[in-house]
Amino acid sequence: FPKRGKGVEVGPRDGLQNEKNIVPTAVKINLINMLSETGLQVIEATSFVSPKWVPQMADHTEVMQGIDKAPGVSYPVLTPNLKGFQAAVAAGAKEVSIFGAASELFTRKNINCSIEESLERFCEVMAAARAATVPVRGYVSCVLGCPYEGKISPAKVAEVSKKMYSMGCYEISLGDTIGTGTPGSMREMLTAVMKEVPVGALAVHCHDTYGQALANILVALQMGVSVVDASVAGLGGCPYAQGASGNVATEDLVYMLNGLGIHTGVDLQKLMDTGTYICNALNRRTNSKVSQACCRL
Amino acid sequence: QESQASGLPEYIKIVEVGPRDGLQNEKVIVPTDIKIELINQLSKTGLPAIEVTSFVSSKWVPQMADHKEVMRGIERHPGVQYPVLTPNLQGFHSAIAAGATEVSVFGAASESFSKMNINCSIEESMIKFEEVAKSARNMNIPVRGYVSCALGCPYEGNVIPAKVAEVSKRLYSMGCYEISLGDTIGVGTPGSMKGMLEAVMKEIPLSALAVHCHDTYGQALANILTAIQV
Repeated sequence: FPKRGKGVEVGPRDGLQNEKNIVPTAVKINLINMLSETGLQVIEATSFVSPKWVPQMADHTEVMQGIDKAPGVSYPVLTPNLKGFQAAVAAGAKEVSIFGAASELFTRKNINCSIEESLERFCEVMAAARAATVPVRGYVSCVLGCPYEGKISPAKVAEVSKKMYSMGCYEISLGDTIGTGTPGSMREMLTAVMKEVPVGALAVHCHDTYGQALANILVALQMGVSVVDASVAGLGGCPYAQGASGNVATEDLVYMLNGLGIHTGVDLQKLMDTGTYICNALNRRTNSKVSQACCRL
Repeated sequence: QESQASGLPEYIKIVEVGPRDGLQNEKVIVPTDIKIELINQLSKTGLPAIEVTSFVSSKWVPQMADHKEVMRGIERHPGVQYPVLTPNLQGFHSAIAAGATEVSVFGAASESFSKMNINCSIEESMIKFEEVAKSARNMNIPVRGYVSCALGCPYEGNVIPAKVAEVSKRLYSMGCYEISLGDTIGVGTPGSMKGMLEAVMKEIPLSALAVHCHDTYGQALANILTAIQV
């Protein structure tokens, strides 16, 4: 197991984007500020996508300009294209993320182009980011299964990961977008990807849709991955399975890492308090089992 | 082939505890006919073992007060085991009279838990279980042993692996064919699971061990995976 683990908090972006209720800008800013005090080193703040496509993130500029940026904490934002990148940088972003996929059908349905075409768009972002010395994180969706294609070959995941890494992404986050992966498929996929991308540049982004997230993350840790994405309170459902859960809860992840003696620097109590805050604002119950266990009603 | 290549077992026996452990800890008490229907439906799923009920005094566990009716009312599918909990000799005889062909006894790795849960020390509970085990042996009835609080206790907090190993060994030596190690409050994580299993495996063969993980902190599947890997 790695001695240190880095948690990438995706609640404010991936989480809120996939919640039924939209929260006001002030709540988003508050959420991010609270997360900034937990010890988390990376907090994905928002997404510079057209509000036509993602209305929940329409206030990206205000959020980016409104948050307190804690020293030592990184606040990456999603930028699907050059326009989004420029808007992000103008709003003060110092790190961006781009979103690829290991499935042609998913890419087509999601961003209306082929994988190859999406990578070409990203090239523009990469060039601009390099010129502005802005680090870029690459996501690969559907690494363990696709809602449209079903099974995804590990070789395809490795191929897309390699391309994004070669383009200049400093880290590739491998996303089990629909949570259908299990320890066996996680192992198989990572084995293929690790032939092309060094394990130090890999992260896993596991959805808990089928309850497999922590088991899958455990396997990734055993194989040397030390960066794990999670969402406070397990925010964010599944757009493909109504009522299903989505992201793994950061609290539950931290609990496991603490138990394994893997240092994260995260204050679990502060994290749970943040989860309570945002769940109240969203008028929903937490998805974090740890929070449920610690709640005294 | 995949399971062999990864060093994982080819087959895992799942013991379904919903009708007993599950229903016993639900807020709503379920009528007898629903319990029977639940077990009958479970019997059709292919599960090899289904824990049916508990022959404990209804004063302590009212949810299981209908143990006799449930035991007599269920369909028994060939090849499926239907163990029941029996805390003492009286419960054991009652279970046999109702048609039980396998029983379970419940120990704990924590003195405080034992006292709070069954009102006696670990040693006193072992004496009661020895009586059950002896009668069971005479009647060719298999006995499964549970060890609660294997990874933590709601009263004592930390539980040392050596204690879990000691209690497990006691149960195994008295004739339990299998020891189910329970993370009763779900506080365990893969690290503590591994440490506990390593201690217990010094005393008991792996094939006689089972894990009973609670998901209170969302750690169950990760802990189970660790146990499977061991």
